[in-house]
Amino acid sequence: MAAPVSVRVQREDFDLAAEVSALTRGRADIGAVVTFLGLCRDEAGSLDALELEHYPGMAEAEISRICHEAVQRFGLQAATAVHRFGRIEPGENIVLVLTASLHRQAAFDGANFIMDFLKTSAPFWKKEHRADGSAGDWVSAKDADDAARERWSR
Amino acid sequence: MSTVNLVYFSWVRERIGKGEETLELPAGVVTIGDLLGHLKTLGAEYEAALEHQNVIRAAINQEHVDHGEPIAGAREIALFPPMTGG
Repeated sequence: MAAPVSVRVQREDFDLAAEVSALTRGRADIGAVVTFLGLCRDEAGSLDALELEHYPGMAEAEISRICHEAVQRFGLQAATAVHRFGRIEPGENIVLVLTASLHRQAAFDGANFIMDFLKTSAPFWKKEHRADGSAGDWVSAKDADDAARERWSR
Repeated sequence: MSTVNLVYFSWVRERIGKGEETLELPAGVVTIGDLLGHLKTLGAEYEAALEHQNVIRAAINQEHVDHGEPIAGAREIALFPPMTGG
């Protein structure tokens, strides 16, 4: 059986526990599940919200490609990714990645790999809305994120 | 001449002033790089959006491509800045 990959791109919030249950329900062969939850943060107290723009269709397709590659590369038993778009306030969820495997290392590595590629290849763009009402900027891509992806090069 | 559907995102969309358009391309426009060069001749808003041509990312039919990629047969070409999701 091919490992199930589930990818959703949605405006509404998600529930981490419900996603883990959906991933493991009816299966006795999974030994490890790793979850990564990415949140909207406000380091300086100046952020009102982030606006996440995405490329409908390609966003789902690209995350699916990344998840399938992770399944193949690390022998995962299942992978789930949920990414939100639209207006997201500090403290709210942005992205969830779940990976399942026989032993923990593959699930840790798989989740790490999916996030490194998602950051640099999934077509999403963040715009900041400032608490003082001034027009915010588009968030700049970070060299550190490119470097994180490069360490997986074969 | 060939007809392509173009879609723009993030600050590329804002600077060009529209999210999508359909354009007729002259015969000399073969690759994504050629397309970027051609778009920059269409007006100041395109010049502003595509000024730093090497940072612009492109996708053909919703898959990432390099600037050297031929665009023949493309249904949809997307242009956008480096991605900042996750």
